[in-house]
Amino acid sequence: MADATIPHAAPMRRPLAGRVKAAVVLFAIFAALPPVAAALDDPFFVLIGTRILAYAIAAMALDLILGYGAMVSFGHAAYLGFGTYAVAILSSYGVHDIFLQTAAAILVSALFALVTGAISLRTRGVYFIMITLAFGQMAFFFFISLSAYGGDDGYGLAQRSTLLGSDMLENDFALFYATLATLVALFWACHRIVGSRFGRVLTGIRENPTRMEAIGYSPFRFQLAAFVISGCMTSIAGVFLANQAEFVSPAFMSWHRSGELIVMVVLGGIGTLSGAIGGAVAALLLEEALGALTEHWRLWFGLFLVLMVLYSPNGIAGLVKQVANRGRKS
Amino acid sequence: MSSLEIRHLKKSFGALKVTDDVSLDVRSGELHAIIGPNGAGKTTFISQLSGQLASDSGDILLDGQSIMRLSMPKRVHLGLARSFQITQVLPHFTVLENVAVAVQARSGSSFRFFSPVAGDAALNARAMAALGEAGLADRADVQASALSHGEHRRLELAIALATEPRVLLLDEPLAGVGGEDADAFVAGLARLKSRFTMVLIEHDMDAVFRLADRVSVLVYGRIIATGTPEEVRSDPQVRAAYLGEEEEEVA
Repeated sequence: MADATIPHAAPMRRPLAGRVKAAVVLFAIFAALPPVAAALDDPFFVLIGTRILAYAIAAMALDLILGYGAMVSFGHAAYLGFGTYAVAILSSYGVHDIFLQTAAAILVSALFALVTGAISLRTRGVYFIMITLAFGQMAFFFFISLSAYGGDDGYGLAQRSTLLGSDMLENDFALFYATLATLVALFWACHRIVGSRFGRVLTGIRENPTRMEAIGYSPFRFQLAAFVISGCMTSIAGVFLANQAEFVSPAFMSWHRSGELIVMVVLGGIGTLSGAIGGAVAALLLEEALGALTEHWRLWFGLFLVLMVLYSPNGIAGLVKQVANRGRKS
Repeated sequence: MSSLEIRHLKKSFGALKVTDDVSLDVRSGELHAIIGPNGAGKTTFISQLSGQLASDSGDILLDGQSIMRLSMPKRVHLGLARSFQITQVLPHFTVLENVAVAVQARSGSSFRFFSPVAGDAALNARAMAALGEAGLADRADVQASALSHGEHRRLELAIALATEPRVLLLDEPLAGVGGEDADAFVAGLARLKSRFTMVLIEHDMDAVFRLADRVSVLVYGRIIATGTPEEVRSDPQVRAAYLGEEEEEVA
């Protein structure tokens, strides 16, 4: 047996570097969107862009547990709902500050994720999916029955959130850049989490829970912590969605919405973070483009999904990686 | 050094008594081998000791303290490590990462969310030391799924070493390893002997009789003999139940 006990500052394989590059490219394209929209005199693009950015935050947050923790939550739209209703409810009491609204959204989401996660994580696989779906639907029906805020019909916001006392977010461009800044900050946070001690344990549990228990880790604590972090981040997306639409309704938290978030993550490439952002962009742009062409757009979207899953199971991130590798070789 | 006492341990799957009232003292510092024919319940027994499998009744004492009700992770923290007969690694992690995450379990909190772990020199240095002892240092940066079978067995050992065990449970570390590889592996295990108390399950009789201080023979969930390799070898009951067949096969 060799006895090399060299202190080793490990030149480890760095798959994350490419993902960071991809994300930076996406962020740069986003940042250029408002001036282009202004030049084309079509401010509608900026509103769609804000919606895409908000969903990108939610999809990335879901990828943190789905991709890195192998926890397929089918109830993540509930957290979008907590974010949107935190804005609506606080706003109706005259609290418009976006930081206070976000703090409330995070607090409620953390509690909900802690309780429902602790119960859901007792199960595995398809049972985990079903139980998160059930909790999501409970939240959905709670807000349906909330008649003071319109119940099923939803509730229009009197005004958008304020930022440090200023009403600058009433401007669509400012709201867009605020959402983009939040996405960038949360991407950075997710990136750091994935590469941390915690992230390594979480990924290890995904790879082989028996092995991790045999070296002394209790998977439950780590999975629950990740579940709570993901839920809280998703609720931040809800805060921006409410401001973008200036309207909240239980539709934000239906199980269809949870399914769409999973589609975004899978379409973009599971466990890549930047893939989830790309997946949100692709899914929502396709929805807009196909929706403009035909009212049966879901049929075509479904066909596209089938082809992607069959021919590029690693999603858009996988395609980009293939192209990049080919470019490097030639 | 630590001792392991097993008292009247039982485990049944339905009507099948897989571990049938096993009592055994593993003395501090010894390498105690457990041999027995296929289906004797050796892996079940190790799984009960490690806590992966709950026992029906009995008691397990590590240095006199009962660990029966503790989960597998808690037993690991008390210094009870195991390796698996069927290799259990993190396939998409590098060899070094596989070991470093085991070091991490015993050093500092894993609830650290921001500092990058890949460049943690203290973790990596200790992981490299364990890899060196298992003879796998030159493969540190390879993805674990790309290792050969023999290298997987070494990784399995390195991971167990990295948890800084007091008692090491080795479930057929030589499974599927042959020839010179096996000889090197046995030599490596011999070097570890003085440092840990070890419980070794092994099919390779050569290895067992070279390494073990004492041997217990497990047949149908019961210990039928315990003693030095020589005592066990000459025990008529053992010869009838087990060794005899083997020697006839060899002859």
